[in-house]
Amino acid sequence: MMDKKQIQEFIAKRVALELHDGDLVNLGIGLPTLVANFVPEGRKVMFQSENGFVGLGPAPVEDEIDPSITNAGAMPVTIVPGGSFFDSAMSFGIIRGGHVNTTVLGALQVAANGDIANYMIPGKMVPGMGGAMDLLCGAKKVIVAMEHTAKGVHKLLKKCTLPLTAVKAVDLIVTEMCVIEVTDVGFVMIEQNPEYTLEEIIAATGADVTISMALKPMRVAA
Amino acid sequence: MNKLISLEEAVNLIRDGDTIMVGGFLAVGTPEKLIDALIAKGLNDLTLICNDTGFVDRGVGKMVVKKMFKKIMASHVGTNKETGRQILEGETEVVLIPQGTLIEQIRAGGFGLGGVLTKTGLGTEVEEGKQTVEVDGEVYLLEKPLRANIALLYAEKADELGNLTFHGATRNFNTYMGAAADVSIVEAKEVVKVGELSPDEVVVPGVFVTHIVDGGA
Repeated sequence: MMDKKQIQEFIAKRVALELHDGDLVNLGIGLPTLVANFVPEGRKVMFQSENGFVGLGPAPVEDEIDPSITNAGAMPVTIVPGGSFFDSAMSFGIIRGGHVNTTVLGALQVAANGDIANYMIPGKMVPGMGGAMDLLCGAKKVIVAMEHTAKGVHKLLKKCTLPLTAVKAVDLIVTEMCVIEVTDVGFVMIEQNPEYTLEEIIAATGADVTISMALKPMRVAA
Repeated sequence: MNKLISLEEAVNLIRDGDTIMVGGFLAVGTPEKLIDALIAKGLNDLTLICNDTGFVDRGVGKMVVKKMFKKIMASHVGTNKETGRQILEGETEVVLIPQGTLIEQIRAGGFGLGGVLTKTGLGTEVEEGKQTVEVDGEVYLLEKPLRANIALLYAEKADELGNLTFHGATRNFNTYMGAAADVSIVEAKEVVKVGELSPDEVVVPGVFVTHIVDGGA
């Protein structure tokens, strides 16, 4: 069995395979941020940061930290050659206008029709949507990267019970158990992590899952 | 005309009950000296329009801790646990607005537009109580313009006419809030003479800046 860190890395390595040469990509905070570490060699991907730049680079070494260059989670980062800074209107023009190829986000719940809830738990936790609603509306492809359940509680559902961040927005879900496409007929499993049986995956999913005729073992980036 | 004023003169322009817009993204590009001066003055019942509520010890978050706001309009408050507490205890009204919508509402407020049409928020709680508009068969949410009495902004450099330049990711909301407020006050890290900034490097023209405070002084 993988521990939490290994699970997160495994998911990030699988998501990384979805990024193509030349893509502009926005990664959410937390697990999705790890995806940047595993982009397959030979693919040039530019990362967009909603606080105002294209060309997000890795964290700087201690003595090269610039407090004005941070990611959308306020962590120090760098900007790569060819990058650019801009304001929030430009940043969200890029996002809402369909100029981001892929966004990778976490989720609290995803429904079989692609609805997603990931910004609040009423009465308990109200962090806010930040840029997530705009990203879900505007990005060409939406990938949810998350653990399959919340300590056994279903996150993949027939219908979300938490307030929605967006309607019918999710295209692909990557978990430690499998890869699921969201289609017109609901969840379709296209890859399975051989560490888990189909029965285990179905039991961990709160909605019907169609097993693809072309089901493959889950691939991950090196 | 020299727009340079002292910190003291700046905070005296702000009154209890005012609506203030504050630039910055998680306290990056936030006018910290203006915020500290406001806290020292001790204003009440303000309405805040800002991307987020920073941290308990950085940015507008310090004002949240001092309970200076009766209402907060922001896209994200999750990095400041005091804001979360004030929401859950019902002490402060917090309106959550998608980040891309918030900047466009501010832009509309400053640029003479009656609002913006966006798909962001359709089918969510953000849509509640708002008008939808159909354009060529596509449905959009009408988001109305936002304005404020005062904008508190940060820039890397300002000349004495208020032309502004920026560094790194500090532009965020700082470039548009000045247009959407009756009075805008910029805390510049460095204030330079007119003519020292190349017109090519000016990001915000001085027309949107009422006053400048020397943040390096």
